[in-house]
Amino acid sequence: MPRLRAWFSRLFGLSRRNRRDAEMAEEIQAHLDLLIERNIAAGMLPHEARNAALRQFGGVEQIKEAARDQRIWRWADEFLQDVRFGARMLWRAPGFSILAILCLTLGIGTNAAVFSWIEGILIRPYPLVAHQDRMFALGGTTRGETEGHGLSYPDFVDLEKNSTLFESFIVDRIVGTRLSVGDRAERATGGIVSANYFDALGLRPMLGRGFRPEEGMGRNAHPVTVISYLTWQDRYKGDPAIIGKTQYLNGVQHTIIGVAPEKFHGTFIGYSFNFWVPTSMQETFDSTGYKLEDRGARWIEAYAFLKPGVTRQQAQAELSAIAQRLENDFPKTNRGQSFELFPLWKTPFNAVGNLSPTLAITTGVAFFVLLIACANVSNLLLARSLLRRHEMTMRLALGAGRRRLVKQLFTEGLLLSVIAAAGGIMVAYWCRNALVLVSPVRTPGITIDYPGQLDWRVLVLSVAVCIGSTMLFALVPAIQASHADLSGALKSEGSGVVGGSGQARLRSALVFVQVALSFVLIVGTGLLLRSMVQMQNSDPGFSTRKVVVSSVDLLSAGYKPDRAKIFYEQMLERIRTLPGVESVALARVRPFSYAVYSSAPLEIEGYQPPRNEQLTADYNEVGEGYFSTIGIPIVAGREFTRNDDENAPPAAIVNETMAAKYWPGKDVVGQRLKVKDKWMEVVGVAKNANYRTKLEQPTPFFYVPVRRNFVVQNGFIIRTEQSATAVMNAFVREIHALDPNLAPLDTITIQEQVDRMSYTQRLAVTLVAAFGGMALFLAAIGLYAVISYAVSQSTRELGLRMALGAGVSDLLRLVMSRGLLLTGGGIVLGVVAALTVTRLMGNLLYKVSPRDPLAFGLAFIIMIAVALIACSLPAWRATRIDPVRALRT
Amino acid sequence: MAKEKPDLVYGTLDMLILKALQHEPRHGLGIADRIQQMSNDILRVEQGSLYPALYRLEAQGWIKAKWGVSDNNRKARYYELTTAGRKQLAAEKEHWLRITKGIDLVLAGG
Repeated sequence: MPRLRAWFSRLFGLSRRNRRDAEMAEEIQAHLDLLIERNIAAGMLPHEARNAALRQFGGVEQIKEAARDQRIWRWADEFLQDVRFGARMLWRAPGFSILAILCLTLGIGTNAAVFSWIEGILIRPYPLVAHQDRMFALGGTTRGETEGHGLSYPDFVDLEKNSTLFESFIVDRIVGTRLSVGDRAERATGGIVSANYFDALGLRPMLGRGFRPEEGMGRNAHPVTVISYLTWQDRYKGDPAIIGKTQYLNGVQHTIIGVAPEKFHGTFIGYSFNFWVPTSMQETFDSTGYKLEDRGARWIEAYAFLKPGVTRQQAQAELSAIAQRLENDFPKTNRGQSFELFPLWKTPFNAVGNLSPTLAITTGVAFFVLLIACANVSNLLLARSLLRRHEMTMRLALGAGRRRLVKQLFTEGLLLSVIAAAGGIMVAYWCRNALVLVSPVRTPGITIDYPGQLDWRVLVLSVAVCIGSTMLFALVPAIQASHADLSGALKSEGSGVVGGSGQARLRSALVFVQVALSFVLIVGTGLLLRSMVQMQNSDPGFSTRKVVVSSVDLLSAGYKPDRAKIFYEQMLERIRTLPGVESVALARVRPFSYAVYSSAPLEIEGYQPPRNEQLTADYNEVGEGYFSTIGIPIVAGREFTRNDDENAPPAAIVNETMAAKYWPGKDVVGQRLKVKDKWMEVVGVAKNANYRTKLEQPTPFFYVPVRRNFVVQNGFIIRTEQSATAVMNAFVREIHALDPNLAPLDTITIQEQVDRMSYTQRLAVTLVAAFGGMALFLAAIGLYAVISYAVSQSTRELGLRMALGAGVSDLLRLVMSRGLLLTGGGIVLGVVAALTVTRLMGNLLYKVSPRDPLAFGLAFIIMIAVALIACSLPAWRATRIDPVRALRT
Repeated sequence: MAKEKPDLVYGTLDMLILKALQHEPRHGLGIADRIQQMSNDILRVEQGSLYPALYRLEAQGWIKAKWGVSDNNRKARYYELTTAGRKQLAAEKEHWLRITKGIDLVLAGG
């Protein structure tokens, strides 16, 4: 300890020490000079005068040393004293200390973990990228729609050319592909990026180089790639001579020109990329064709860096002006189109936008857990302050200031929470990848990556939480201590089971709050679980049973549309004859998959759109038998047949929402619409279905026959009694019979496909349930502590009652009723709080009212059950009291 | 903690210093002189032990120091009572009176 003190004094005194020492020496010298002068005036000789002065003064150096001791900042000294004392006190009551630290570790740890997730996923998702504060997601918007989408490449180039307020723009388009090294082929995820990608992000590849400006241009002209650090390690065993080697991406030989820095996973939050290729290679990776010159193809996910000092509003104004000009110049493709800057956590390009409400709720829940933990520790401290009452009154009697006592208590609290904060940060560190564990997607080649980020901001925030919670939980006991009066302390504490002294009431109030908070959390968990179940059970508009989906990666195998068509024809025949298969159909996009539907500008015969509005709708290309196979009923007209091919008159099937919007009250079959300059006739109306998620609102949607324009990449929808595995095995056999080089992508039931899209809901349920469980546990401990304490305090009263003839059941009832009273009160408070709080969960709830009686009822039952358990042990103990002994003490 | 001369009641040095500064700022020697003078030479402060006490009081915020020039034109550090110091003086004085009164009573009761 003396060493610690010396260290502290050095820390605080170092800068001033020399100056102060010099000043002190000067002051003492002045004092001595005065004394000498006085002595000379009294008639002494100079050397006599000097000696006398030194004698009078005392040992100069010792005094200097003693004075220095006083110089050390007093509070630091006192603080250290308090810390030492506090540490001794905590050491002496290890049970109490461990329990308190555990509670706080839970509280601070959950908060630190949530902060780190928010920091790592929402706020600063790219730890290696400088100036993330000036980085925004750049999306296209369609007038009248709120959601953003991609940009077209020509638009992107025009933005780059015509804007002045931006430092740089980058393109990043996620692609899945087949990566072949030698004879080993695997799925890989990568990005089509603009040539300036690495430069704009401020990243230097750790080996080799990034892309050169010219490599972004020219159709398929630059087969070069930068690979990720992990790919370099896993596939190439960290080969130091990797630069200049080649690998096959989608069957095209690419030269490896660089290896990205170790911790850089790309800019698509949630996925860890394996490689990057320049925009010039787009066609190689896109089954829907060459798009660099197509202004109508909006496929680019873009990011923009603002120049320093430029606000988002200014930048947005410039973007809108450019969009206006493009709208005038290219009305055909750009009418109603604009650009919008999104903060990174609202990016329309990945799952982050969906995660933020979940994380917001999680933050709230974590805060609740912290509050409950604080109430617990507060309670423990109060219980201890009774034990320490003797010590406190003794110190007061010996002249300690009340302020000093309060400070002492706060220091002890701080000690607890500092230890807990260290533990909490460790918890956060372990949990930094926890979000991935809940992720439903286990697809080879896709590395899901939602890392928490423990940077200095998170640490500062955690320390703030630590100090804040100390203030919270140490406050009540400290006030109590400062009110302790000497005479009162001498009187004995006469608390009964039912009534209770002021302090007991205070502790009860804390339990009250705990019960209320946990109740809210349980209701929240219940609501989320209910919506999860509702969502599980809700009808997506197609049958979720007996349907299996799969696809084959023809694109990366180098198939062209003609060859793909033959392959699909043969496959359909083969699958149809498999045992147990009722029907099979093709669809370009499988519902609820990550693939994107095409979107097209529309014209509707006989429908006048509002001015300046460009009608658009998403559509899917499906094969014959699609509707019967997937189980979407056709309510009017017919479904597509084999004959709806390139030679037949163009046909479309619209959904009910589209029919009602554009042809209200009319017979829709036979009406005409124009898609991409081509008139087609509506031949049928399909029932509405969900297309991407169960949460989506019904929107206009239509289908066109896949045979009109065969694309390389299609999915199979198979209606069968067989399991997904059985189908897969048969499927693989058939594929290999046709082409041994091909392999199916995941073959799963459509139910599983649907489940994958409920990731955010599942994440929310898991997190809230985990935290709610913790909170419940903490509250149970609090309840138990208060009741058992009350019992131990009222041994005398209980003994008296027994002596007067009270039976075991009477005592049980007495003790239990006190616990239940507390719980009941807390629940009432909790109901009120829950009714206000759960409304904030609106957008995570699915077909469940925030006031769902089932969730509330369930929470009520759980709370009462926990209360019964928490109270039963102390109640049982009460019945074991020996009345004779209880009365004698 | 600095040792004080036994002829000073333990713990009273701070109070005496505050008292000595009650009316005007003084330097170290001046404070020692003043205490000696006020006590009719009964109380003698070991001059060196003043300084630890002075720094302690300064750290508490009860006195503050600044450099000045003494009567015989020498540079010296002058100490001055702060408002908090005045309050502290009053509090200590009251405390002292109460205790001494008690002690008096005890000693007087035969």
